[in-house]
Amino acid sequence: MKARVTVTLKNGVLDPQGKAIEGALKSLAIEGVGSVRQGKVFDIEIDAADADTARATLELACEKLLANTVIENYRVELV
Amino acid sequence: MRAAIITFPGSNRDGDVARALRHAGAETVAVWHAEDSLPPGTDLAVLPGGFSYGDYLRCGAIAARSPAMDAVRAHAASGGLVLGICNGFQMLCEAGLLPGVLMRNAQLRFVCRRQHLRVERNDTAFTSAYAKGQVIDVCVAHGEGNYIADPDTLSRLEDDGRVAFRYCDAGGELTPEANCNGSLNAIAGIWSPGFNVLGMMPHPENLIDPLVGGTDGAGLFDSLCRAKADAA
Repeated sequence: MKARVTVTLKNGVLDPQGKAIEGALKSLAIEGVGSVRQGKVFDIEIDAADADTARATLELACEKLLANTVIENYRVELV
Repeated sequence: MRAAIITFPGSNRDGDVARALRHAGAETVAVWHAEDSLPPGTDLAVLPGGFSYGDYLRCGAIAARSPAMDAVRAHAASGGLVLGICNGFQMLCEAGLLPGVLMRNAQLRFVCRRQHLRVERNDTAFTSAYAKGQVIDVCVAHGEGNYIADPDTLSRLEDDGRVAFRYCDAGGELTPEANCNGSLNAIAGIWSPGFNVLGMMPHPENLIDPLVGGTDGAGLFDSLCRAKADAA
């Protein structure tokens, strides 16, 4: 089974890297860019009996390692 | 004072902190991160600076889940002393032994320079050789040292007097220019509720020898050795 885990900064957490990218996009005259927040994507292959088990395992992985839940949110998608 | 210094893949300041501790009179033991216990009689566990696991995922995140960290957690829970410097401070936050997070420096640059710190209190095992409010001159060298915590956590730290050091200028003033990474309340180091776990971004171990330009860092290691002698 293939899964994609997306980790993003929580609202209100300053993201200086996102700000720098936003500034770079604006300097390239790319029209209409409001704001940019940077996150992480993990593409994971997982063996599991069914989708619910895979989802539960990946949520555990997020809680234990992939996300720092003080500042980050995560989303698990099976693809 | 028996100090266990834990080396992770990518640690690079373990030798310096061992030298600083021995200079203060401590006995040091090297411990590999895959060990699941600390040597018998360990008084102080040290998480040294460096770039454990190449700073992959988040600084200190992977090291914080190593077997040795479970031993450090148990040591801290039984009242043992723990010192995390730079990458070690990041590990302590990732491991949940200290609150908050060290984010990318506000100015987005790695900062490597001499830095003044204000010692916030001297009634702890880590700072008794300093005066309260003393300004010390040490080094910083990090890209992710911008301390943040939610407002409740921050006010709890302040109310409990758990801020150990703040970035300041030579006169002890907390100016925006002196705050080298944008940390909230100019926080350079914090204690656990029991004051037995200290995490700090600056490197006191760099400044223990007049040969390299100063000795203001020695007080931290002298304090630790004195704490052990007083307890004996």
